[in-house]
Amino acid sequence: MREAAGISVAIIGSGGAGALTAGNLLLEAASLAGWHGLLTRTVGPQIRGGEAAALLRFSTEPIACLSDQFDLLVAIDWANANRFDSEIRLGPSSLVVGDPAGGEPPPSVVKSGARIVNIAMKNLAKAVADARPNMIALGIAARLMGCGGATLMTAIEKQLADKGTDTIRASQSAIHCGIVAAADLDLGFRLAAPEVSDAKRWLISGNEAIGLGAIRGGIRFAAAYPITPATEVLEWLAPNLARAGGVLLQAEDELASVNMIIGASFGGTPSLTATSGPGLSLMIEALGLATAAEIPIVVIDVMRGGPSTGIPTKSEQADLNIAVYGFHGDAPHLVLAPQSVADCIFTAQWATYLAESLQAPAIVLSDQFMGQTRAAIARPADVAFIGRRREARDIAAPYKRYALSADGVSAMAIPGTRAGQYTADGLTHTERGIPTSRAEDHGAQLDKRRDKLNQFAYGDHWATIDGDGEIAVITWGSLTGAAREGVDRARADGLSVRLIAPRLLFPVLPEQFAAALNGVERVLVVEQSHGAQFHRYLRAHFELPEEVHVLHRPGPLPIKPGEIHRALVEWRS
Amino acid sequence: MSSVDTRLACKPSDYKSDVVPVWCPGCGDYHVLLSFTRAFAALGLPREQIAVISGIGCSSRIPAYTNCYGFHGVHGRSLALGAGLKVTRPDLTVVVASGDGDGYSIGGNHFLHACRRNIDMTYVVMDNRVYGMTKGQPSPTTEPDFDTALTPGGTGLSPFHPLVIALASGANFVARAFSGSPNETADILADAIRHPGFSFVEILSPCVTFRPDEREWKSMVHPAPVAETNDPARAARRLMTDDGFNIGVLYRGERKPYRPPFGHPSIDIAELEKEFEL
Repeated sequence: MREAAGISVAIIGSGGAGALTAGNLLLEAASLAGWHGLLTRTVGPQIRGGEAAALLRFSTEPIACLSDQFDLLVAIDWANANRFDSEIRLGPSSLVVGDPAGGEPPPSVVKSGARIVNIAMKNLAKAVADARPNMIALGIAARLMGCGGATLMTAIEKQLADKGTDTIRASQSAIHCGIVAAADLDLGFRLAAPEVSDAKRWLISGNEAIGLGAIRGGIRFAAAYPITPATEVLEWLAPNLARAGGVLLQAEDELASVNMIIGASFGGTPSLTATSGPGLSLMIEALGLATAAEIPIVVIDVMRGGPSTGIPTKSEQADLNIAVYGFHGDAPHLVLAPQSVADCIFTAQWATYLAESLQAPAIVLSDQFMGQTRAAIARPADVAFIGRRREARDIAAPYKRYALSADGVSAMAIPGTRAGQYTADGLTHTERGIPTSRAEDHGAQLDKRRDKLNQFAYGDHWATIDGDGEIAVITWGSLTGAAREGVDRARADGLSVRLIAPRLLFPVLPEQFAAALNGVERVLVVEQSHGAQFHRYLRAHFELPEEVHVLHRPGPLPIKPGEIHRALVEWRS
Repeated sequence: MSSVDTRLACKPSDYKSDVVPVWCPGCGDYHVLLSFTRAFAALGLPREQIAVISGIGCSSRIPAYTNCYGFHGVHGRSLALGAGLKVTRPDLTVVVASGDGDGYSIGGNHFLHACRRNIDMTYVVMDNRVYGMTKGQPSPTTEPDFDTALTPGGTGLSPFHPLVIALASGANFVARAFSGSPNETADILADAIRHPGFSFVEILSPCVTFRPDEREWKSMVHPAPVAETNDPARAARRLMTDDGFNIGVLYRGERKPYRPPFGHPSIDIAELEKEFEL
């Protein structure tokens, strides 16, 4: 049988059926066995009675996105499957396993030409005491990808440890039933065995990675108001901040959460909150205050479909405009975007470092794809970015909180520091912080806040730049993984392509961007936004070559590597 | 209640900055500023250990007029600034200053939750029953027939009762003061600052520009006819018949302040990574 480097598996079911549990166990087992893997969840808005899908991909190579098409779909039941069938693309080579007791597959699945096989998962589960059909589904998927051995049983024991040995036994028996039931099935290929390596690996979600990176960067206070899909950032931080000597406070709303972190940061504690689009909208006024009063804070925006309530559980990259341009007045600040689950750690840490160094607010644009994707990654290297602001000590009167220094950063007195008393103010102020409406003072402080950001040495971290071809794929955020894969495929076809993905979106660095574009004749912009916000942002700030194509669409359908590859290849002809 | 002890080394003037207030001549807030400085001096607090936090409005200008650390934030959010600061800096004395528009209208939700949260800080609302800085619109405490350009003929709405709401929401200390009696107000403020948990002090502070009728308040205020209580039910009953001009401490609760542990790590940061290891 043909051997393949990767496989894509979807496990679906109605909300509460346990599709995500089964998917997470498969991810854990395959990761323990040594494969690279990731799981992206896609769910409806309901807590129970909706729909849920675990979209999985495994490979012998590192991966950072879902693939173009699914090789295997296991449906615990078909209830509500039509709500996300467009997100689970199938083809004639795909295998679909369903349970007749769980309804009929939706027309799109039938139309895809995929081979459809029935296994009575519900009945099989009934035959095992305390077993659930999702564990039968897990056994089927594990068998078909060749991952049904000891590592799966270990994963079960680890994940279900707190549920007791009876549950573990029942689950293991059910998985075994599934493995047996799928014994005669095959996908027409076999997943290549993973390379055995001693390197330390982690299983982590993007939202958890943001939290870890923030603590590594020095964050010790968070204020929280729950919002999908950002809540896991806050839920991970709540116990872990406490262990690290910090604290998380639940706020009454996002207006409070952002102001709480401004208050804490004024007191000298690096501080963060996490939200999604509607919450960011509420926070914008206070972000302007943090800009004017020069209080460092970090705001994580895990983007979802918008505007308004939009699609809370699904991804989009359409908060770029509000993050960059949403503030009233001229308000220079930082906007960053991580590029993968692993990069969430680095970018959150770097954002904390930059905010503290520059005494400015930083917005970090993650998204639901990245935030709610769990991935097996190599243990990320420790990096030296620890947020430390320039503090005023041993102050000789009169203290000038907003002194016009050469680099624009002025030493900040932390309450408790003698002779440092000043009033942080959103009103235009003098160097001493005293309110003023004089034109000269206004101009001087606007210049100061602009210059401190523009003069900073951001180093190479501002962007990922890969290759030197005359065609450039320019993208950002979670699409960087898909773009990299599309670029790799185009290179295999003989195209000369480079990848440019800015991690620092604001302030813009025109010189560095021009250097990154040096020799580029054609540009393909790739983004998950209906209004092509990133394309317009690029046009506003940088000189692009004459030939520019834009591959963009709103969420929640992720742009796949194959589409990017096709756009490059078709452009050639 | 003892009067302010002026024998302490700290003088009220030590707590006053050289910034000239923007307030109108005759504004009640001048006396509130005086009460602040007298209370701080009476408590002998180091200036750098005090943070005065405010929002937007005439009264919210007060931080810069003190010689303490200050924060003049956005409209209505001063309690959130104060909460974040106090939780992470329990060593500081945090006084949040607001007005009836800032504190009861745009900031109303934060008022409820600050009372409920009971963080150890003092919330002072200078109530003049009008938006002064935007020239005379009605606030939540304005009488229903107050005629303004924005609300011709008056709002027709009943005023909001801040002390009732503070008590019902869980404030641990509820008092009313009058700006025109700065010594008495300083006493109440010092008491409020000393009392653990969330202390709420409403200060009637006339706006002589847009509410010249409030000049009469000096003859309307009177000491509360009843002693303070630690029984919220009794305090609530008294408040329901309150004429709005009773001055003094009404309620002194015994609820434990909210003070989550901070600054005591139990592990190395590297330990946090362990849960992710395969």
